Amino acid sequence: MADAATKTKSETPQPREVKLPVLEREKLVLNKRSYHWITERVCGVVENKQPRIWWALFIPTFLMALIGVGGGLTYLVSTGVGVWGNSNRVMWGWPIVNFVFWIGIGHAGTLISAILFLTRQNWRTSINRAAEAMTIFAVICAGIFPAFHVGRVWMAWYLAPIPNANAIWQNFKSPLLWDVFAVSTYFSISLVFWFLGMVPDLATIRDRCKAGVKKVMYGIFSLGWRGSNRHWSHYEMAYLLLAALSTPLVLSVHSVVSFDFATTIVPGWHTTIFPPYFVAGAIFGGFAMVLTIMVPARFFYGLEDLITMKHIDNMAKIILLTGSIVGYAYIMELFVAFYSGAAYEMAAFKYRMTGPYWWAYVCMISFNVLSPQLFWFKWCRENLWVVMGVSMCVNAGMWFERFVIIVTTLTRGFLPADWKYYNASWVDILTFMGTIGLFTSLFLLFLRFLPCVNIAEVKWVKEESDVHFDDKQEHPDDGTSAESAYQHELEKGTAEV
Amino acid sequence: MSTTVKRVYGYLAEFESASALYKAAEKVRDAGFRKWDCYTPYPVHGLDAAMGVKRSILPYFVFFGGMTGLATSFFLAYVTQVGIYPTVVQGKPANIFTVPAFFPIMFELTVLFSGFTALFGLMGLCQLPRWNHPLFASRQFHRTTDDGFFIAIEARDPKFSAEGTKGFLGEIGGANIELVEDDGN
Repeated sequence: MADAATKTKSETPQPREVKLPVLEREKLVLNKRSYHWITERVCGVVENKQPRIWWALFIPTFLMALIGVGGGLTYLVSTGVGVWGNSNRVMWGWPIVNFVFWIGIGHAGTLISAILFLTRQNWRTSINRAAEAMTIFAVICAGIFPAFHVGRVWMAWYLAPIPNANAIWQNFKSPLLWDVFAVSTYFSISLVFWFLGMVPDLATIRDRCKAGVKKVMYGIFSLGWRGSNRHWSHYEMAYLLLAALSTPLVLSVHSVVSFDFATTIVPGWHTTIFPPYFVAGAIFGGFAMVLTIMVPARFFYGLEDLITMKHIDNMAKIILLTGSIVGYAYIMELFVAFYSGAAYEMAAFKYRMTGPYWWAYVCMISFNVLSPQLFWFKWCRENLWVVMGVSMCVNAGMWFERFVIIVTTLTRGFLPADWKYYNASWVDILTFMGTIGLFTSLFLLFLRFLPCVNIAEVKWVKEESDVHFDDKQEHPDDGTSAESAYQHELEKGTAEV
Repeated sequence: MSTTVKRVYGYLAEFESASALYKAAEKVRDAGFRKWDCYTPYPVHGLDAAMGVKRSILPYFVFFGGMTGLATSFFLAYVTQVGIYPTVVQGKPANIFTVPAFFPIMFELTVLFSGFTALFGLMGLCQLPRWNHPLFASRQFHRTTDDGFFIAIEARDPKFSAEGTKGFLGEIGGANIELVEDDGN
């Protein structure tokens, strides 16, 4: 007894080994897939026979594009813009709604490829290629509408500042001309960025092809890339520069689109909140579209180890964030209308919410503000059906947002005699459906012919791609390995300083 | 056709990982070789320093490209709006005070010109497109776009010697050392 008592007192407690939990980042490539596996899997999408679902989607969407865009526009041009539902009061009906809708979709692609690159978000690597492709195709769809909305499409070249026989020059003070420059620059730079990112991967496919037309085509577009480090050095610089240029560009494009509205003196449009509100909405809608196309593509092509649940989780969180920003903008718009005390402004918003287009407003709020709130819950971000459902809602919601902004405002001007209810014509609907078909079929062709995941960059995010990987293996030490390997090298005198 | 005397392009050696390549590159650099290069499936960060490659000069090109775009758009807008065809809309001025209204287009063209300069500058600096290259004749080089890490030392390097370089590549850990010929295409 006494013995035990003295023992407990005299014994100094052994210092318990304290191990701090190391919060490991989730791996971006699951199951320790090798470089060769990544090459095989991504190139396999291009090289193997397409799954049945590809044809099941391609044939109807291609027909939709043919009938909708091809047929609809042929009818429009041969008859006149009167076949659209636009009228003297509502000059910007569905065509401009669709234009803003599509141009917004593109923004997520540039956000992923440029802004997430600058902020060193490595998870972007496996989704950036498809998102950039989506940008290009969305801008193509967007461009159709203003080009034909000019009325006489054969005069569309008047938009370009080219000397002409009438000695007339464009009005450079007009946001509409700014838009021409913004959208065409956006398209060109996105295309350059997309192509440049694809060159090493096209070379990968080229090196795997047997001799033939395919090899020649991939060979031409891969520019003879041979993975030289002296080239990579310039290449990475070019990529960084393009990312740095695209970042302000993408913010400017939707800001300029919003200037089309904000610089007018129309109640409901004449607000300074428009540029940030439009940009947030564009990114919001774009991410929803990325999820809408990537979740099925990932499933059908077995890319689950490259586009992981972590990626989907991140995108869902961005949708939640931007959706909430958009919700804030909706509320702020109402508050400012109320706080301004301007009778016309208040009337415009009252009409928006309670007028004959109340249903569009309800759709907008419920799809854009309420549905993304589900993403507060982890279970919803992990359930792909919920993710797809919310993305679909957001896609529709963003279209309704543009509809609400454009149509409710234009149907009620300052002259009550002008007030009318706007209905889209069947040609409007057909053309819009056609652009959905065009977008989808272009994306399917992209999956068929081009590497849909950035092979080189995905290889780069693997652990063993770090040049100090071997040293880390030799000197493992609880998660702080990068620093210690560097220290070790410093002692050896081989570190790059 | 003429009798073909094949010239030697250089030696190509494979390395098993990025780390091995990195260490080998330091040794090649320290041995004083100039005409040589590493070939990798993805951009290996840190390899530039290991090879002694300087920072790319592309940003200077892009800067001047951007400035050209800025100047072009400014003169395009100013000359047409203020000089030869003033459009008076909503009583807005058509003189030097109009310039702020040109900012969006000045910005867009700056970005447009810079972006294309980045693309063409890159192609110029890399001497691409170049669809033929002696290395493409190698039986193993196609792996560089898949999972192979290679170093090639060219014969035109003053330190190159047929036996010495081959041995050197073996010493620093290279495998599958191959003599690559230049058939003069």
